[in-house]
Amino acid sequence: MIIAVASGKGGTGKTTVSASLVSVWKRPVLAVDMDVEEPNLHLFLKPESVSTEMAQLAVPLLDKERCTLCGACAELCQFKAISLLGKNLILFPDMCHGCGGCLRVCSEGALRKGQRELGVVETGITAVGIPCMTGRLRIGEAMSPPLMGKVRQRMRAIMGKEFRDVIIDAPPGVSCPAMTSVQDADVILLVTEPTPFGLHDLRLAWQAFRPFGKPMGVVINRAGLGDEKIQAFCSEKELPLLAEIPFRRDIAEHYAHGGVLACLDAGMRTLFENLAERVERLERMALMEVSHA
Amino acid sequence: MRELVVISGKGGTGKTSLTAAFAHLARNAVLCDLDVDAPDLHLIAEPSIQRSGPFLSGHVAEIDPEACKGCGACEGVCAYGAIRKVDGRFVVDAPHCEGCKVCVVSCPEGAINFPDRLCGTWYESETRFGPMVHALLDPGLENSGKLVTLLKAKAREQASKFGLDLILSDGAPGIGCPVISSLSQASLVLLVTEPTPSGLHDLERVVELCRHFRIRSTVLINKADLSPEYQTAIHAFCDAKDIPVVGHLPHDPAVTEAMVRGQAVTEGIDTPFGAQVRRIWLNLQPLLEAPSSSFSKEIPS
Repeated sequence: MIIAVASGKGGTGKTTVSASLVSVWKRPVLAVDMDVEEPNLHLFLKPESVSTEMAQLAVPLLDKERCTLCGACAELCQFKAISLLGKNLILFPDMCHGCGGCLRVCSEGALRKGQRELGVVETGITAVGIPCMTGRLRIGEAMSPPLMGKVRQRMRAIMGKEFRDVIIDAPPGVSCPAMTSVQDADVILLVTEPTPFGLHDLRLAWQAFRPFGKPMGVVINRAGLGDEKIQAFCSEKELPLLAEIPFRRDIAEHYAHGGVLACLDAGMRTLFENLAERVERLERMALMEVSHA
Repeated sequence: MRELVVISGKGGTGKTSLTAAFAHLARNAVLCDLDVDAPDLHLIAEPSIQRSGPFLSGHVAEIDPEACKGCGACEGVCAYGAIRKVDGRFVVDAPHCEGCKVCVVSCPEGAINFPDRLCGTWYESETRFGPMVHALLDPGLENSGKLVTLLKAKAREQASKFGLDLILSDGAPGIGCPVISSLSQASLVLLVTEPTPSGLHDLERVVELCRHFRIRSTVLINKADLSPEYQTAIHAFCDAKDIPVVGHLPHDPAVTEAMVRGQAVTEGIDTPFGAQVRRIWLNLQPLLEAPSSSFSKEIPS
């Protein structure tokens, strides 16, 4: 089972929920941080013996000798990565989306494959033996989905007989990076907070993810802080409310010192064990619905 | 024209609450919500929409089922795995289509259309704080960097139209495409952080991003009392990078209480937190007056 922990709004507690679920999970589990722009899961799971693999995107390289300045590549490129200016063909590799179209339309063989560094994929293992994988975008790199694609490839390579369960810490938002990170999931957890911003972005996330047809459940963090409109939204949309993490200063301080919330006290451990059970039940019910349909 | 862009790396550090408070205090600014993925500033600013329009960006491939002979050339050239065979015919999975046109030019039958892609809606509005530009990206769609660029241009138009010389921009979390686009032409970037492992880790990356694009930045430590150790670490980091810390704010429920009332945290009820935000706004003024930074690097959209 693959569980994606997503949110819409940033800073609602995705990493807190992911790290805690990983630490109470009863079967072998793989932890994956797909928030490649600002990965934080490793700060809490603290993986050791981390190996690093560079991730690259194929971008064009120009052989000036062969180029006849026909301009076919510049005409095709939809991303302004190639420009024909007078007697110069100029490449902007930062703008390239790696479609490979320019190489295909060049009749002179003047373009060949080069590489742009997207970032790295880091894989380590925690003190209790849980593998932890992180994508880390190169600073200045604009596109995160290609690197997320490399993380997904690595994830599938590790998954197998030993690791059937994966917990994915997703990026905030509802555009391409968030969509990419939930597409492999069997269950999507939406972490929110009981504030106007939390509700607004929960609604956006629900709208964005609903077309996938995957089971979704809600976790309210900082419960008791603002208002009670999230509960009303969940019952209106038939979204199960799976856990409520109370608004307490000691919880915020525990996080501020790098602690995993499920390890704060017995109450928190039980809260996340119950959440883990409810997530599994949500998946089982969804599978039953499919088999009865 | 001056533009203050508020970003953070990590989400939920207080960007939007602070931008709304600055809008209330400035009284002479155009408000601009650049978090087009999950915009929230309108929940406080309550804009009344004056003008709106479609945000068209790039194209999407569409296979004409009548003209398609089923040769599969398109599937072979697509670098994004966006073309699949369904019941003997090829179809484009629009969310995965990058709009590169390679399939269009590879189809021997000319069976692939390439219409504009509608990605969202932009708005020009009025608020009690002044004019505002904002947008909503359609759920799941990309090109948010281009929408950010469009909004920034509209904010400048509004500033000229109303004779205002300040733009207050609320940015997105992260360091990717929409954040990079939001940095363009910024006079100053305010980095809102919190004293936590994630706060510091993500601050280091946004500071590096600002340096990469040669934009001046300053740091505000929110929820500063959560961890004295991490607060010290943030100061040490800022000193080492020669970045001024413009102020500290405590972890205070006043922020959420104002949000629930639909007010900026400086509006309505006087709170100690509001008074501290006012002081930070004053501290920001000399930094905003300094000459704006020049770009030496191409900012991809």
